[in-house]
Amino acid sequence: MNVIEEQYDVVVVGAGHAGCEAALACARLGLETIIFTVSVESIAMMPCNPNIGGSSKGHLVKEVDALGGEMGINIDHTFIQSKMLNKSKGPAVHSLRAQADKNEYSKRMRQTLENTEHLTIRQAEVTDLIVEKSSIQGVKTLSGATYYAKAVVLCTGTYLKSRCLYGEVIEHTGPNGLRSANYLSDSLKKNGVEMYRFKTGTPARIDKNSIDFSKMEEQFGDERIVPFSFTTNPDDIQIDQESCWLTYTNEQTHSIIRENLDRSPMFSGVIEGTGPRYCPSIEDKVVRFADKNRHQVFIEPEGNGTNEMYIGGMSSSLPEDVQYDMYHSVPGLEHAKIVRNAYAIEYDCINPNQLLPSLEFKNIHGLFSGGQFNGSSGYEEAACQGLIAGINASRMIQKKDPIILDRSQAYIGVLIDDLVTKESHEPYRMMTSRAEYRLILRQDNADLRLSKIGYEVGLISKERYDWVCYKEKEIAKEIERVTSVTVGAKKEVQALLESLNSTPLKTATSLAELIRRPELNYDVLKSIDVNRPELHPEITEQVNILIKYDGYISRQMKQVKDFKKLENKKLPQNFDYNTIPSLRIEAIQKLNQLQPISIGQASRISGVSPADISVILVYMEQAYRNNKDNKGE
Amino acid sequence: MMNRTIAAIATAVSPSGVGIIRVSGDDAFTVIKRIFKKKSGHFVFENKEIESHVVTHGFIYDDSELIDEVLVLTMKGPHTYTGEDTVEIDCHGGVLVMKKILETVIKYGASPAEPGEFSKRAFLNGKMDLSQAESVIDLINSSNEFARENSLKHLSGVVKDKLSKIRAEILHEIAFIESALDDPEHYSLDTYPQELRKKVELFIKDTNSLLKNADNGRILKEGIKTVIVGKPNVGKSSFLNALIGEDRAIVTDVAGTTRDVLTETITFDGITLNIVDTAGIRDTDDFVEKIGVEKSKEYMKDADLILFLVDATSTFGKEDQEILNLLENKKSIVLLNKIDLGQSLSLEQVMEKVDHKVISISAKEQIGLDDFINEVKQLFFHGEVTFNDEVYITGVRQKQCLISCYQSLTQVLNSIDQGMPEDFFSIDLMNAYTELGNITGESVGEDLVNEIFSKFCMGK
Repeated sequence: MNVIEEQYDVVVVGAGHAGCEAALACARLGLETIIFTVSVESIAMMPCNPNIGGSSKGHLVKEVDALGGEMGINIDHTFIQSKMLNKSKGPAVHSLRAQADKNEYSKRMRQTLENTEHLTIRQAEVTDLIVEKSSIQGVKTLSGATYYAKAVVLCTGTYLKSRCLYGEVIEHTGPNGLRSANYLSDSLKKNGVEMYRFKTGTPARIDKNSIDFSKMEEQFGDERIVPFSFTTNPDDIQIDQESCWLTYTNEQTHSIIRENLDRSPMFSGVIEGTGPRYCPSIEDKVVRFADKNRHQVFIEPEGNGTNEMYIGGMSSSLPEDVQYDMYHSVPGLEHAKIVRNAYAIEYDCINPNQLLPSLEFKNIHGLFSGGQFNGSSGYEEAACQGLIAGINASRMIQKKDPIILDRSQAYIGVLIDDLVTKESHEPYRMMTSRAEYRLILRQDNADLRLSKIGYEVGLISKERYDWVCYKEKEIAKEIERVTSVTVGAKKEVQALLESLNSTPLKTATSLAELIRRPELNYDVLKSIDVNRPELHPEITEQVNILIKYDGYISRQMKQVKDFKKLENKKLPQNFDYNTIPSLRIEAIQKLNQLQPISIGQASRISGVSPADISVILVYMEQAYRNNKDNKGE
Repeated sequence: MMNRTIAAIATAVSPSGVGIIRVSGDDAFTVIKRIFKKKSGHFVFENKEIESHVVTHGFIYDDSELIDEVLVLTMKGPHTYTGEDTVEIDCHGGVLVMKKILETVIKYGASPAEPGEFSKRAFLNGKMDLSQAESVIDLINSSNEFARENSLKHLSGVVKDKLSKIRAEILHEIAFIESALDDPEHYSLDTYPQELRKKVELFIKDTNSLLKNADNGRILKEGIKTVIVGKPNVGKSSFLNALIGEDRAIVTDVAGTTRDVLTETITFDGITLNIVDTAGIRDTDDFVEKIGVEKSKEYMKDADLILFLVDATSTFGKEDQEILNLLENKKSIVLLNKIDLGQSLSLEQVMEKVDHKVISISAKEQIGLDDFINEVKQLFFHGEVTFNDEVYITGVRQKQCLISCYQSLTQVLNSIDQGMPEDFFSIDLMNAYTELGNITGESVGEDLVNEIFSKFCMGK
């Protein structure tokens, strides 16, 4: 038979935000990599909102960048508006969000893939996994071609057995009318993988020329644009920005929706999948928040090369005619022409509890996965998982230990730990409140936290790493200096304080003490700080934050120390917890299913109590000592 | 977690002369230094190297308040039970003194030990034989089970309601802040800090009143709420006096717990009964009111245990039947009293009538009291009261949680006053929320995420 058979190091299935990061990481680490997509035009496509970042998602992008991923650089080259959210709040929750030119974003990522050595792009539907003795061997495509590989990374997004719905219309396609992948789910099930069915949705796209913007509030970008990537020079990206627009739904909109609820597949029961509570459709909002008489609607451009506008806040699966009425009831959209309907999409994904924190399947050696396939949602959540899955697939092949970020190191660590440890029945979205050490996990220090790992992995350059090391040293030096330098109650000091509405000094005090005052900061004290060295703004920013919030930060550092102790107590894999006497049945079931890698992870499993943890600790110590005794004999 | 310095009452709580409070961990010596004084009022270990395995005489003080005259045994690790630095405080026994010392030790830097924690540490630090692992595991499990059951059982309904109310309100505020951080273009925090300030002041007020009540022993009830019922002259008061008179009973006076009745707190072998004496209810001609049915009903509704006294010298009459009907499904013990005075009603006869355990006693001659106490153990502790110090430490742990909650809330006020950004408020509010949950054994889980999604409308 004349069928194609090829051999690669890594096969990546899917070329969305997860797949692109996974493939780039593997290829950049020197592994022969092939990436499959059902459509080359859809590489790094943004099928929903036209932006990257936002609260806590911005953190993820910065972390991806610090580890050597592509997303940050890609958006820095293709954004049309940028905004730092929460600027008036603490540094831990500052979050960068950029509106993307969707086509440009996708095009630039595609070119990056195309121009990366060791990386092959292939348009084909992967239909089967080849697994032997619980170890991945490769994949088969629809044509019967076989691609052997040492590792496979699944990043199938929302394409598995997907169907798009609005009203009574059901289309068996992936997002945007792209073909769905209808075979891989069965192959996964055959290999014992537990599947979930999730759903999400997207609003309509409307022709810009049919919108009356005079009835809406204009939303501008920031005056000074901050890049996502630590490698982007801010001066290079101060562009002319596009605006977004804000309008609102009203009682009329809501009554149109209410009157037609029975025609929504969500409410009629046609949709089986579980939708995300944080991203409700407009009909969900109207039903669940019945007391609200209006909801925000953000009109966002999809890019410079198109007139399509994204109607943020009004995703829906109502029938086409109801969508028209509903959108037309919104001020400014009275004569709106719909280019693409809003729709809900249902798809297969996995129960991510089947994964190790390295994102490798526990039961199929060499099989990794990332993105919406893992039950998450969002481009950024996808990208960071793709990156980690790609890095760890490479490291498995190179026989190195996997990179596992813990909850005190990165939002990525929180996200992956939540996915693989906790029970979830809806697409998972990152939120700052999920990070218990968020004062340490700031977007401004992602490079300080993660560059070392990015460098050791081999995805960031020596030059870039050296700069971070230099920064770190200078920050420490400068903190020490401002802590030890005191200023007296001199005339110019009092004058400065007075001009800044700050209480004058009674006795001499350290510069650090002054920086801690809420109305002051590092920069404004320049004139009274005579021996201040000339330092890069990235350094002084850190000095300011670390001194200002020192009390809180050191409290969290202490908590992290305790946390690390439990993370470092490793547990054996494929262990039968039935053998530990007197663990409670619920705990045994959960532990056997999840096979946590550490006491720390075990303690976060719902249904495992602190007493269970104590019992495991005692048992493990016993086993350890037994083992030692036996070896001694 | 392993580094905390822990403390607990090491001896069974009994009226015997001596009680021991054990403190173990890196800070054990630091803690004792802060509270241990000489008669002169000077600190015993001030400027002095603490020697190992030495007994020192002195007094435990909470600041200027003298708690008890004690002997302190200081032992350096690893030659101790847990393998860590350990201090044992030998005090004069008595529930209140032991509790007070334990609380003082905690106030000055120790944490209440978790169930089975001393043994766990001893094992993990290699101080116990391998063969003892299983018994350590059993100990952890059984004391944990005990603590878990008791942490709820010993909390009055009012307190539980109050706790969950404050907790829900705190969660709501956190969810609002977090929603605003997550979706800043939707939810504004512009005037919020001052609003929050008022709310936090109320949370603090509520927490404070719970704390005060914890001190009075009113709220963390630490005992089995017991009601004695029976027709007039059946011997309710003499039974109560007999219990109080038992030489192993520890009687704590908590007068004024409720306005019109007297509550006696009596501890036997680590079991505490809070007995409501309904004997004080006024007499009227109406029989129903005479036995205080209405009042009794009220108490019986709340009670953990009902003691129904029946007169052995009389018959099981209409009045007895009426009372019996009130017992319903409550845990009850029927006591056939006055068996020393020529019995006309036999044990068997009563047993035929009731589904509850019946015990023959004589309050006057102190007959059958042991059987009674054993039955209480059977009913409430499945016959085992091995971990009786858990009752006390559970109370101390709960109080400590309230203190931590109070401190976190105060920190929120400070942060508001210092003009800190709003995201810092939710960190301390979350701590307060977690601490309150620890009192009732509720973990945080996905509470916040659920609250955000159910109360605040988010998303694209």
